[in-house]
Amino acid sequence: MRVMVFVKATPDSEKGLPPTAEMTKMFEAMGKFNEELVKAGIMLSGDGLKPSSHGKRVAFDGPNRTVIDGPFAEARELVAGFWIWEVKDMDEAVAWVKRCPNPMLGPSEIEIRPFYEMADFGEAVTPDIVEREERLREQLKDR
Amino acid sequence: MADGETLRTIETVFRIERARLIGGLARLVGDVDRAEELAQDALVAALAEWPQSGVPQNPGAWLMAAAKRRAIDGFRRDKMLARKHAEIARDRDGDYDAGAEAIEAALDDDLGDEVLGLIFAACHPLLSAEARAALTLRLIGGLTTDEIARAFLSREPTIAQRIVRAKKTLGEAGLTFAVPRGEERKPRLASVLEVIYLVFNEGYAATAGEDLIRPSLCAEAQRLGRMLAAAMPEEPEVFGLLALMELQASRFAARTGPDGALVPLTEQNRGRWDRLLIRRGLDALARAEALGGASGPYALQAALAACHARAATAEDTDWPRIASLYDTLRTVMPSPVVDLNRAVAHSMAFGPDAGLALVAGLEEEAALATYAPLPAAKGDFLFRAGRRGEARAEFERAASLTRNARERAFLLARAAACDS
Repeated sequence: MRVMVFVKATPDSEKGLPPTAEMTKMFEAMGKFNEELVKAGIMLSGDGLKPSSHGKRVAFDGPNRTVIDGPFAEARELVAGFWIWEVKDMDEAVAWVKRCPNPMLGPSEIEIRPFYEMADFGEAVTPDIVEREERLREQLKDR
Repeated sequence: MADGETLRTIETVFRIERARLIGGLARLVGDVDRAEELAQDALVAALAEWPQSGVPQNPGAWLMAAAKRRAIDGFRRDKMLARKHAEIARDRDGDYDAGAEAIEAALDDDLGDEVLGLIFAACHPLLSAEARAALTLRLIGGLTTDEIARAFLSREPTIAQRIVRAKKTLGEAGLTFAVPRGEERKPRLASVLEVIYLVFNEGYAATAGEDLIRPSLCAEAQRLGRMLAAAMPEEPEVFGLLALMELQASRFAARTGPDGALVPLTEQNRGRWDRLLIRRGLDALARAEALGGASGPYALQAALAACHARAATAEDTDWPRIASLYDTLRTVMPSPVVDLNRAVAHSMAFGPDAGLALVAGLEEEAALATYAPLPAAKGDFLFRAGRRGEARAEFERAASLTRNARERAFLLARAAACDS
């Protein structure tokens, strides 16, 4: 199964502090952990994200679109980095996350979310059928 | 007594460490069966201790140390028995612990490539391809014999026996479980790659409604390929095979229609191709080529898959490049099927007459005498050349050769279309 592993932001990571000796040590530990992920054959992708002050949001409300500039509040709800892993099950993903060095200098959180897979749709409802149903609904609306 | 949650955690940690553990232990005791037992003993020890002590900081090292203690105990016991049974009692106090010390010393060796050594052992050319695949899935993939049997549409006792025999063969051969170097390396690596691709293809051949363990073989093979790539970053064909698997797997979701029928490559919904796997596949291919491996059989097949992956629409496909890749592939991997695919590629690149010219030489080929895709391709070339009557005869012949009902219906429909 494929999972996305989110490293949640902290007030520190949101500040985008210049690297200290402590952080360099953490990056080294993280580098070693990444190596382990690659050796185990589970790492598909991964990257770090700049603080939300560099980000933008687009808010949707009916036909309206409003662009909101960062930074955004609630650091814990923001994402500072991610991996995409291919693991056998959630237990394996959890076991690997537990091995990860703390990605932040203070308390922090990592969240694991499985991707939707073909099997989740059941045999009867393939994405093709979902697509076709959506088209049909569109056509009905136009009448 | 530990709760279910803790047990699951321990078992998962063990699953992650298992291959490395068995690989390292096999090197110490020279026997894969004994290594598996020792690893299992280490799990038992962990199940007894970790619920109280918690999972240690470095669980792999803990498990290895526990297994090592068992190995040394066993070694001492054997030694004592040997001494007891010896008719002439010699004073051997001096080397009493020599074996145990050797084990301790070996443990401090570079432990980075135990899994790699284990893969090479499991894929040893002494074993049949089926035995290699079963043993690899058991030892490195951690699948049970029942899972392997279901994956290969076989019976559990058959697979169990295959694995027992394979381990025995390896034991008798006195393997070192080291990664082969020098001249030995190339043929041994070819044997490993062959097994991984066999596992992948078995998973790729799975059809809708089959046991889900079958398609999971693809993921297993890809994982093995990625592990190999990380462990052998200088081997171009490792990256060639990895590229080929990632690119083929990228089309997994798009290759069957809602009714379960296979959708031809050119008609697949490319929006459903897995962009992440495509990117990984193209990266691996670039790596293989940078290492000077562009003309390896796996890299060439990956390059073919890459031509499709790079085309945004079927019309954008670079057929001249595909045709030229097939020209090279048939020299490094001669096969009538490759020749047939080459004819199709040439027909797409240079017109139906180019395809007909190449296919003419194949009709004498005994291996293709009852091969439905041959008349099907020829029918397509003739149809496109406007020779409808001859095309219909070829489509009908192809329909009579295929055992697949869906394919037969498709070919008969093409035959009927020749009349309109």
